[in-house]
Amino acid sequence: MLHKPLLSSTKFDLTIKRLCYQLIENHNNFSNTVIIGLQPRGTFLANRIKEELSKILPKTNIDCGNLDITFFRDDFRRRESPLVPNTTNINFIIEGKKVILIDDVLFTGRTIRAGMDAMLAYGRPKKVELLVLVDRRFSREIPIEPDYIGIQVDSIASQNVRVSWKETDGADIVELISGK
Amino acid sequence: MQQLSTRHLLGIKDLTENDIQLILETADNFKEVINRPIKKVPSLRDVTIANIFFENSTRTKLSFELAQKRLSADIINFAASSSSVSKGETLIDTVNNILAMKVDMIVMRHPYAGAGIFLSKHINAQIVNAGDGAHEHPTQALLDAFSIRQKYGDVAGKKVVIVGDILHSRVALSNILCLQKLGAEVMVCGPTTLMPRYIKDLGVKVEHNLIKALNWCDVANMLRIQLERFDIKYFPSIREYSMMYGLNKQILDSLDKEIIVMHPGPINRGVEITSDVADSKQSIILEQVENGVAVRMAVMYLLASQNPLA
Repeated sequence: MLHKPLLSSTKFDLTIKRLCYQLIENHNNFSNTVIIGLQPRGTFLANRIKEELSKILPKTNIDCGNLDITFFRDDFRRRESPLVPNTTNINFIIEGKKVILIDDVLFTGRTIRAGMDAMLAYGRPKKVELLVLVDRRFSREIPIEPDYIGIQVDSIASQNVRVSWKETDGADIVELISGK
Repeated sequence: MQQLSTRHLLGIKDLTENDIQLILETADNFKEVINRPIKKVPSLRDVTIANIFFENSTRTKLSFELAQKRLSADIINFAASSSSVSKGETLIDTVNNILAMKVDMIVMRHPYAGAGIFLSKHINAQIVNAGDGAHEHPTQALLDAFSIRQKYGDVAGKKVVIVGDILHSRVALSNILCLQKLGAEVMVCGPTTLMPRYIKDLGVKVEHNLIKALNWCDVANMLRIQLERFDIKYFPSIREYSMMYGLNKQILDSLDKEIIVMHPGPINRGVEITSDVADSKQSIILEQVENGVAVRMAVMYLLASQNPLA
């Protein structure tokens, strides 16, 4: 199996900082903006973005939640193994708010489609934006594009993009994995 | 991911501890779903479920129906009293006719014990037992365990007393099996005449004195007296039963600890429990009803996930 590094730890940090400054440009002090990380891996990125934003804007309170999309996926009863639900934790109102949906990797777009469906069960946001750390462009199966992108990767379907997190995997790294 | 070790939910007897934990954990997710502003998910939008009730039911039928609607399943309802069963049609013929309409899952209540097991041997659709005679009522036991777990954090190590008509109760048997699999201690309490002869073989304690039982337990599950199943008189009068085995506020307050009170419903106020107990903060009867929807969603979701689309 071939592991090709796409983001080292240093670049990983810089990328998250850059994404935060891009968010601040569009959302100013986040008074009408909330962040929602998609379970399971998007929540790591959402938490990291929130942490970084809190450092840059120390007096600002930013609402950040986790959203599970299991029951909204379009592949239930089409997979060999059952889907594992995760917890949803959204303790704020999204009605009329600007929502930033966050996931680690954007591939086919189906997860984000399910995420938007799941999110709408909590109200009607004013605007929804999508932030991803890795955009596997040219692999979309439905027309979804991100507003904020960490890195763009050209990959084929048989390859995998793995995002490792300091919190759970010991280091912040993004790798492209090819072969068996 | 784990999946259920059984294709049907016919009784708690067929479930492993892992199955029960999986159902309770999945129900946690559905409890969150049914407390959202929009309480519906699309998971079972391509599943058709038939609710066939050969016996009257209000809350179980409503709870299943609501759970199915929350999961976006298509549903059809069938009540034996207004059907061709009254014209002499057999159970298998009735169900096969329903299945010919491309139904994926059957939720069945039947007055005879083992009806679900019998049916599972003759048809392909998945079956959920919504109560079969005095045998099992698995989803009630699961929601009771879920409610205890929600209140205490865990079922293991808890002491639960089931009070009343153990002889005619499917809730009692399913509860005993479920609670024991989850590591709880179970006691049954009631008049000797309403106690099955071999009850001790299930590994439960038996007590005929309500006060002693209540002093022992953390949870009291008060069962309804099922007069409709009585073919003979099992006690002299309702008034006497109520005096011996009815739970009132005075008894509850006299205990040296705060227990929680459960009831599978429907309540006969003033018989099994008085109104001031049913409506007290120690009663979790309405939470049981709410949890019932989440647990039934979990059961049908997990069963449907075993049945992939062709």
